[in-house]
Amino acid sequence: MVAIASKNVNFYYNDFHALKNINMEIEKNTVTALIGPSGCGKSTFLRLFNRMNDLIDGAKLTGEILIDGVDIYAKGIEVDELRKNVGMVFQKPNPFPKSIFENVAYGLRVNGVRDKKYIEQRVEESLKGAALWNEVKDKLKKSAFELSGGQQQRLCIARALAISPSILLMDEPASALDPISTLKVEDLIYELKENYTIVIVTHNMQQAGRVSDKTAFFYMGELIEYDDTKKIFLNPAKEATQNYITGRFG
Amino acid sequence: MKKMTGMQRKRITQKVAFSLFRLLSFAVVGILFWILGFIIVKGIGVVDWEFLTSAPEDGMTGGGIFPAIVGTLALIVGSMIVAFPIGVFSGIYISEYAGNNWIVKFIRIMTNNLSGVPSIVFGLFGMALFVNALEFGDSIIAGSFTLGLLVLPVVIRTTEEALRAIDDSYRVGSLALGASKLQTIRKVILPMAMPNITTGLILSIGRVSGETAPILFTAVAYFLPKLPASIFDQVMALPYHLYVISTSGTDITAARPIAYGTALVLIMMVLFFNIMASVLRKYFSKKTLS
Amino acid sequence: MKLRKVTELIAEKFLMLCSSVTTLTVILIVIFLFSEGMGLFKSSDIEEGYALVVNSENPVSKLSPEQIMEVFDSKVTLWSEVGGNDEPILLFRLNDLPAYFTEEEMGDELQYVPQCIGQLVSKEPGIIAFVPKMYVDSTASGIKVMEEGHIRPGDFFDGKYWYPTSQPAPLFGVLPLVMGTLWVSLWAILIALPFGLAVAIYLAELADSRLRSMLKPVIELLAGIPSVVYGFFGLVVIVPLIQKGFGLSVGETGLAGSIILAIMALPTIITVAEDALRTTPRSMKEASLSLGASHWQTIYKVVIPYSLSGITAAVVLGIGRAIGETMAVLMVTGNAAVIPTTLLEPMRTIPATIAAELGEAPAGGAHYEALFMLGCILFVMTLIISISVEFINSKKIGRQ
Repeated sequence: MVAIASKNVNFYYNDFHALKNINMEIEKNTVTALIGPSGCGKSTFLRLFNRMNDLIDGAKLTGEILIDGVDIYAKGIEVDELRKNVGMVFQKPNPFPKSIFENVAYGLRVNGVRDKKYIEQRVEESLKGAALWNEVKDKLKKSAFELSGGQQQRLCIARALAISPSILLMDEPASALDPISTLKVEDLIYELKENYTIVIVTHNMQQAGRVSDKTAFFYMGELIEYDDTKKIFLNPAKEATQNYITGRFG
Repeated sequence: MKKMTGMQRKRITQKVAFSLFRLLSFAVVGILFWILGFIIVKGIGVVDWEFLTSAPEDGMTGGGIFPAIVGTLALIVGSMIVAFPIGVFSGIYISEYAGNNWIVKFIRIMTNNLSGVPSIVFGLFGMALFVNALEFGDSIIAGSFTLGLLVLPVVIRTTEEALRAIDDSYRVGSLALGASKLQTIRKVILPMAMPNITTGLILSIGRVSGETAPILFTAVAYFLPKLPASIFDQVMALPYHLYVISTSGTDITAARPIAYGTALVLIMMVLFFNIMASVLRKYFSKKTLS
Repeated sequence: MKLRKVTELIAEKFLMLCSSVTTLTVILIVIFLFSEGMGLFKSSDIEEGYALVVNSENPVSKLSPEQIMEVFDSKVTLWSEVGGNDEPILLFRLNDLPAYFTEEEMGDELQYVPQCIGQLVSKEPGIIAFVPKMYVDSTASGIKVMEEGHIRPGDFFDGKYWYPTSQPAPLFGVLPLVMGTLWVSLWAILIALPFGLAVAIYLAELADSRLRSMLKPVIELLAGIPSVVYGFFGLVVIVPLIQKGFGLSVGETGLAGSIILAIMALPTIITVAEDALRTTPRSMKEASLSLGASHWQTIYKVVIPYSLSGITAAVVLGIGRAIGETMAVLMVTGNAAVIPTTLLEPMRTIPATIAAELGEAPAGGAHYEALFMLGCILFVMTLIISISVEFINSKKIGRQ
């Protein structure tokens, strides 16, 4: 089943043509990696799925992005409803200056959940889901800034899980972490795949190879190649992909 | 259903909040236009060439404000002679010489403190030091020193910012050619920073021209039949004139038109300096970009 | 080459000297303010050159300035109320003399006045005479010169009355002035805060660049208008409005002062608060939005809490601006030196008092020194403001 579909998507920052005619379908409950050199448009593409680019002055989109068959840029779409369904984890851990508990509960509260019991239950489930519960269950009231970088990033994942999205976007989620924390996050991604459709942007080729089912290679705003991860890494169809993967540029 | 109403409430709250912000913001714009409009409408009929060039008559109920304009200009020139060199030199020392040690921190804290000192305290200080202790009496020179010290922090800060905006590569480049530090500053850094420093100077003129409290006891007189002949003479000044004729005097009602005219001239003077500063800033920033 | 080095050194020392001017000025301000102001506590609590004389039988030998005022205002009419005998108080001033003595008795050059006063005071057990010292014959029997004291810090800092020109004993109680200053300033901030925060949020979060480029100059112009013009506007527009709106006999009230000060404090509050709001990291805002929060929720749950210290600094700076403001307040608050109970009555602030009275206070006198002491209070208040802003800002850096 297709979770996300991109149809003839072109994207501009003022005069700059950032994405060129992207067509791509992402299956439900898979991990899809977006790779490519800096400035190739992979992060921009990812941020289209929860309309994060709306905030940027002079941004313009043509074409359609369908999530569960609905064009999310159509008139009458409420952006906050969309974002409840599409969670996001950012490059650097960015917890709020609040307690661990309040960080995870934030998404529930802003979406109008008042039921204390339910919030407590969701916070616990989400922290467990992000493999952080055992480390923080005794200090939920402590500031999120007291956690290590890797813990903070898993807290941000828990925060995204709490509002029960069906899709999880990850923008280089491990790039600011040490190797051990990175491994933990990668393990987590693997587990989360069962319940979520995950799209991950990464610079790290090994990481893409380890966690993803499918990989899309972007270059200069174009989608060069999109296929099973194994195929992309072992037997790419295009020369540019081959060059990038073998480290000739990027 | 329950969640639906939550989402609706969220949207309505946002709409209400943002409309309120927009309303309050436009109210602030409205306040400015109210004040400016009121003074322009009431004062425009009073101000003419005659008003600007003749002395007050009939116990401040007639004539013009020429001596007050002259006095304010004298105080502007005097205070700039005090503040400009000291301020620019201080700015140069702080940003080019002193590094980031405790001296700079101390100077900066003191400068901040000085800029927080209320203008009436400057008036007290100026009276005690320049008028009484140094025996200048109520005079242009006492008022100029007081006002000069008042705007000194402004001049220092703008100089500092102007110098900091210049890329380090210019300093390194000049030093690499064998120029000394002083030469680098004089020949390379100062000319580049001059436009921004000038803008700061004009802004501080705007500030000085409207100040009343510091000159109350150091420079001004209610009425003088003659223009000042030397820097040790008392002067009339626009802001003080406005204060006096609107609150005291023989016939406040009869002096009201003169008060509107004075307020208009004063506000135009201050706005002129402010607008000139921002026009210059824009002009210079365009020039350096191209 | 050597000459060049010397020039360099001289230049550096010269620049350093220039940069010490601000420090020097602050130090000089402190020295002059406090040395002139402290003189107040060495001044006599009775008007200079005068003495209070009572009958030698009178057990009261000392009255506080407030008691003296009450006695001479006839609020106290019995000696028992100020710790003396059960005797009515008889007030005597020098110009009452012709009521008791003929011109002949006083002498044609007034040379017998001391004897006359001595005679009168020794005869009247309840009398209190306020006379120049030169007319007091301290050797005369039956009279007693009351003890002269100094104005005590307690009378100044804890005094409820500011009557600097009252005779025989001026009263320099700063409470009404301090309260007036704080009342007018705090209300000004309460009025300004909703506007200031709204504009700051509007500028930082909502306005596009075109609107910003229109709003920013408006705020700069508001900051540029001289305070005397604000005062004038308040006097001719706001004051009559308040008088009519509230049906008062005078419109010059604390409220008029607060409204004008609120407008004057707006630019400070807006600029500092906007800068603070802008320090919120973009990633923090994006995280909130990505969780389905609306823009408004993001502002009040993330942006405002994050920049709270900067907003506090804006408020504190605004209060500082309001406390020190002189001319506008002087022109619209009515300047009655009473401890305020409502905003709808005339009030008087510290800066306005200095501005209004320094011209009439003879240099070196107690009144003059009291005004410098007010300057000290003002200076200390603004110093506290500067330090707290410094403290708030340093805390912000520590957190990041």
